[in-house]
Amino acid sequence: MSANVNTDNWPAIKAASEAALPARVVEFIDGLKGQTHSESQLIAILHMVQAECGWLSQEHMEAVAQLAQIPLAKVTGVATFYHYFRLQPRGKHMINVCLGTACYVKGADKISQRLMDNLGIAFGETTKDGMFSLESTRCLGTCGLAPVVMIDDQVHGPVTPGEVSLILEKYLKKDKAPKA
Amino acid sequence: MTENMITLTIDSETVQVPKGTTVLKAAEKLGIHIPRLCYHPKLSLEGACRICVVQVEGFSSFLTACSHEVWEGMNVQTNSPEIRQARRDIVELLLDNHPMDCQTCDRDGICELQKQAYRLGVRERLFEGKRKRFPIDDASESVVRTPEKCILCGRCIRVCKEVQGVHNLSQHGRGFETVVGPANLGKMDDSACIQCGQCINVCPTAAFLEKDHTERVWQALALPRDVKHIVVQPAPSIRAAIGECFGMPIGTPVTGKLITALRRLGFDAVFDTNFGADLTIIEEANEFLRRMSGDGPLPLLTSCSPGWVSFLEKFYPEMIPFTSTCKSPMSMLSTLSKTHYAEKKGLRPDQVYMVAIMPCVAKKFEAARPEHAMEDGTPYTDAVLTTRELAWMIKSYGIDFQNLPDGEFDRPLGISSGAADIFGATGGVMEAALRTAAVKLTGDELGPLVFEDVRGVTGLKEATVNVAGKEINIAVSNGLTNAKTILEAVKSGGKQYHLIEIMACPGGCVAGGGQPYPPFDMDVLDPQLPKLRAKALYQIDHDKQLRRSHENPAIAHLYAEFLGEPNGEKAHALLHTHYHARMPRGIK
Amino acid sequence: MANQVADFFERLKARAHAALADSGDANRIKIQIGSATCEHAAGSLEALDEFQKHIQASGRDDIIIHQTGCTGRCSKEPIVGITVPGKMPVKYERVDRALVHKIFSSHIQKGQPLAEHALDGSLDDVAELEFIFCYGRRCTTGQTLKHAFDRKLKEANLPAGRVKTSHVRCFGACSDETEGKCTHVLVNPHQVFYRIACEQDLDDMLEMHARNGEVVERLRAPEKPITQDFYQTYGDIHFFNHQNRIAMRNSGIVDPESLEEYIRFGGFQALGTVLGKNDPEWVINEVLKARLRGRGGGGFLTGKKWQMAHQQPEKTRYLICNGDEGDPGAFMDRGMLESDPFNIVEGMIIAAFAIGAQHGFYYIRAEYPLAIKRIQKALDACRAAGLLGKNIMDSGWDFDLEIRLGAGAFVCGEETALIRSIEGKRGQPKVRPPYPVVRGLWGKPTCINNVETFANISAIINYGGEWFANQGTSESGGTKVFALAGNVKETGLVEVPLGTPLSKVVFNIGGGVKDDKALKAIQTGGPAGGFIPASQADMEVDFGPLAKAGSIMGSGGMIVLSEDDCMVDLSKFYLSFTQEESCGKCTPCREGTTRMLEILEKITSGRAEMGDLDKLERLARLCQQTALCGLGRAAPNPILSSLKGFKDEFVEHIVDKKCKAKKCVALIRYQIDPETCIGCTVCARNCPVECISGQRKTAHVIDQERCVKCGQCFEVCRFDAVERV
Repeated sequence: MSANVNTDNWPAIKAASEAALPARVVEFIDGLKGQTHSESQLIAILHMVQAECGWLSQEHMEAVAQLAQIPLAKVTGVATFYHYFRLQPRGKHMINVCLGTACYVKGADKISQRLMDNLGIAFGETTKDGMFSLESTRCLGTCGLAPVVMIDDQVHGPVTPGEVSLILEKYLKKDKAPKA
Repeated sequence: MTENMITLTIDSETVQVPKGTTVLKAAEKLGIHIPRLCYHPKLSLEGACRICVVQVEGFSSFLTACSHEVWEGMNVQTNSPEIRQARRDIVELLLDNHPMDCQTCDRDGICELQKQAYRLGVRERLFEGKRKRFPIDDASESVVRTPEKCILCGRCIRVCKEVQGVHNLSQHGRGFETVVGPANLGKMDDSACIQCGQCINVCPTAAFLEKDHTERVWQALALPRDVKHIVVQPAPSIRAAIGECFGMPIGTPVTGKLITALRRLGFDAVFDTNFGADLTIIEEANEFLRRMSGDGPLPLLTSCSPGWVSFLEKFYPEMIPFTSTCKSPMSMLSTLSKTHYAEKKGLRPDQVYMVAIMPCVAKKFEAARPEHAMEDGTPYTDAVLTTRELAWMIKSYGIDFQNLPDGEFDRPLGISSGAADIFGATGGVMEAALRTAAVKLTGDELGPLVFEDVRGVTGLKEATVNVAGKEINIAVSNGLTNAKTILEAVKSGGKQYHLIEIMACPGGCVAGGGQPYPPFDMDVLDPQLPKLRAKALYQIDHDKQLRRSHENPAIAHLYAEFLGEPNGEKAHALLHTHYHARMPRGIK
Repeated sequence: MANQVADFFERLKARAHAALADSGDANRIKIQIGSATCEHAAGSLEALDEFQKHIQASGRDDIIIHQTGCTGRCSKEPIVGITVPGKMPVKYERVDRALVHKIFSSHIQKGQPLAEHALDGSLDDVAELEFIFCYGRRCTTGQTLKHAFDRKLKEANLPAGRVKTSHVRCFGACSDETEGKCTHVLVNPHQVFYRIACEQDLDDMLEMHARNGEVVERLRAPEKPITQDFYQTYGDIHFFNHQNRIAMRNSGIVDPESLEEYIRFGGFQALGTVLGKNDPEWVINEVLKARLRGRGGGGFLTGKKWQMAHQQPEKTRYLICNGDEGDPGAFMDRGMLESDPFNIVEGMIIAAFAIGAQHGFYYIRAEYPLAIKRIQKALDACRAAGLLGKNIMDSGWDFDLEIRLGAGAFVCGEETALIRSIEGKRGQPKVRPPYPVVRGLWGKPTCINNVETFANISAIINYGGEWFANQGTSESGGTKVFALAGNVKETGLVEVPLGTPLSKVVFNIGGGVKDDKALKAIQTGGPAGGFIPASQADMEVDFGPLAKAGSIMGSGGMIVLSEDDCMVDLSKFYLSFTQEESCGKCTPCREGTTRMLEILEKITSGRAEMGDLDKLERLARLCQQTALCGLGRAAPNPILSSLKGFKDEFVEHIVDKKCKAKKCVALIRYQIDPETCIGCTVCARNCPVECISGQRKTAHVIDQERCVKCGQCFEVCRFDAVERV
């Protein structure tokens, strides 16, 4: 096979895609080459991008599609199916209200309402100052502490509506404190 | 034989079917049509709509007929009161989440959902509630996506992925919010879509439709004749299919009635895309012979199918140098109409308004490409109507199509050989090219006419033809997954192919994305459909005096009078185009 | 081959014991701290930090910290155990930094346990010796002998605080020959296990052991029951005494990150047996004999599934562990994955051998980072030790495991959806048949079992299929782990034999309904399950009876509902969960759950008519009969079962526009009793919409027009003047 003119845009696309993703992800995708069923690692790749970047941007997903050679429609179809994946940038602190049965029975809806009132955002949104993102989650498996609110990796519970603003303030204060 | 046969009872009737038959197919053997929406015999099994449920003895829940294979002694009821209510309720659930606008919908009367609702007796709405809301995406030149009308049967996703290998569509989100669309739910024109329109063909509702060009055509036809001179060109496949829209049997050739209908609609001149096809053969055969002589890469890939051209640019840009630079027959004829024809008629190019009737929705995109525009930016082709759109216009006008007298194309741009007619069938371009190439290579004017190897609706055909002592390896593919196969074979460099015809749509242009929806008991991808339509084209070819493109006297005259040499400077400027890698790049 | 495997196992065991002996831990004070997601959330990491500080400050080098998983005693976490050599182990509940300080200075430094902080108040009658009798399920011998022993003890007049007796539900030590003829007694802290049968045995036990502290060698039981390690570590604690821990036998006693410890507790002995025999059919047969049913909810016989996989003509086969635990209120899998990961790994390797799989997957929710970390560590350790990968235990057989993460989709617990998710696709179920054991992952035979199913495998191999079957009912062998929650006094993970009455779980282990309210119903099976009315609370827990009652076993959620719970509201809650988690593929589930939810919203907001109830039931039946997957078909269960048992509540909401449980906000209102209100203004100041008016020291009034029914006034009023009606 020979052709006189080079019309292949792959090298440019490859370079741009690699630049759009963290090196660890690029390396991981490279490592999949030649493996059987490598396309099955799509969810793992998306997890990795989210862990590194905090969320999945359109650009990230396009780069994943090209490097892993998985149709982009499939990538975004998968990313939107699984609620764990965030398609919007996240705030500095992630607030997850558990809406499991135990928490519900113990008044998780009231906690949610108070959080929404205090932060001025709804579920799935991020505060204007970029400090907090609010999300709900399925049972966190800490029903003994119901109702619980997980902020970043820390579980708070049992939380009363009155404590909501105190907890939020704690995080705000922590961030304002001068770094040692 | 009895070992592999299974006896079961359906609605108290005993039936024997081969092992592995589904309940749905077994019932068909008894003449019972179990309703279905997501099921498609040529696509993978989905099992999502659930309206094909039946009751099977021994099971408390209902089983889907599309997915369950029969077993010995199975006792099936297809129409018990419980089943009838379940089906009715399922269809109502679909309707409850569907716009209530049948009367103003493009598919009113030809909608599968509407038909099911009527057949299953949804006469009142019991469960109405909120309805999903999504914007219409009409950014594409070819395909309009209306997600609110989508019933999530997934046929478009499967045809795009499994038949076309494009994989441009996916469900996004989940649950009640699920919506089908291209990546990121972006615009179709900013996606890997290659505009083939197969999603439109398989869609049971109006969730996918072609971009409407009828309105601009009505408006053009209403303009004073000193402002616009309206010309029209129907593609070969139209004459083999449009009769279906007026109740005629599939595969009825209706060239004469078509011409008359176009004249009644008010077109000033009726040309034939076939003329462009003959011209294409001259240019392409010359290009091929030149490359065979060592000037340029082989294999030569044909370039008539705009869906394939988009696929080339998005998925295989590295193969661009192999692709013929010939414009498609439509674009060649449009170009001539606004140059040579206009000149001879004493019209300014912009006074000519060109309407193309195409079996294809990708042609709408082709027409809008800047490469196919005049220097001032106006396109050579002003409007592209699909077969469906034209049929609707004829109906809307009130023309009694079936009883029309036969008309004739205008000359000389309506003169064509039989080689042009068969362009509509897969393998037709190859056959037409071989007819001319054989003569050119051997110098024998009585070369072979029929190349059986390239006929038939098989997705991928290969042959070696011996012309003038030369072995020419050819391949013909339709449906883009087959194109992928052959392109990968070319890239791997095993076999030296010389000429490859690639058509985007499965079955070729006769089964294009703009062709009539098939009758209710037939599926779009049913191989019978393109076969019967192609048969009409081969018949027309057979009955013609002129069988080879280069025998077309009007073509010869055109070169002598206007174009000069085939592949010459002027021909190149007017009849050839170029391609470039297009974004977003698709994943092979 | 048998010899090679046996040699390998002996070397492995020797290495593990040597590693642990080197540490010299046996003679040191052991501080055991729970380490699992729930424990961490409750503050166990802070307790750990505090202990470390105290140890450092004290300068003592005879104290070690032992991190274990979680026992499932959720409402009392963090739990800390102190074991002083030769003394009874003591467990403390809800240990915070302040309590760490107290424990350290009193119990560790001075040898004085803090009875008031002991787990479940178990230290009220602290004793030097503890005799724990087995109250076997089908025999009364234990009870009779214990009564006799208690009587003798009384007569023996031992010093106060010398001996304490108690009983547990069953040690599971009997075989068919011994059952009903003897009983077993565990003596703590000496970790001696007796088998006794007669008065003489009791006398010897009393005179020699209780009085003089001498072990009665002739009574030592030849068998070591599966639960011995657990009861040796935990002793007499009410919450555990009524359980029967097989799947969770190591949870809370073993360091989940130590292969050596797992081996010391009998780990990989089962795998050694299996590989030594080198006969997959023997394994399948044991599991069949065990009558082990899939613990993920379906209840399909595990042995049967393995057999089908084993018999497939296709030789490339896969094994999957379903750890996509997603039912709200269920955390059994997380508990086991975090607390005893090696046991799950061992179960999987055995299963893989039985079905002839070359490759296996853990599918774990991404929301369980600690479980993922621990399984990964376990896999790495096993691979390094030759227990995974090539030539496992020198048997010449290869098998490997990897982890795949879920990403927040409940439906992926359904096996065909799970397979698609592993394949990297949208987790939507596929039509069955073909079933995964015929055509699953990448079209190959695939066997999927739940975490808890695998947790039982090593026990079945070690103790025999018949023994396991004997632990349960004639239909289903073994135990089931439940996540007990809701309006119950004690919450947590409980493992009970199948066939245990529901009421026993709620009242004996859970301590009864919170605030001693009346029991209304028990919800089992999560969102796909149903409500069992209190009138049927004596129902024996098993797959069949639950299904007959319109519920399911599910993965083991058990929510206790009291008279304060509204069945309509709860039906709505469960349905909104399934509606939200519907994958969207099939019409009845995608559209049907949405419409059902709309109808329930109409009912709870007082806008419904009686006709809506028929529509609700019609849609529920449609979904049950025509949905694509098991989850869709089970989605209406909460509605159908509550319509069956509590239709009057629905009617009450529709006709009287009343919610008796006062849960449906639209149907209740708040008002202030002018007689009780003293005009303290607290309610007015706390009202977010400022709709409460009234002068200081005069009765206040709520403006019903503006009230948003947030209930804030009700909560803040210290005089119970705000009424919810």
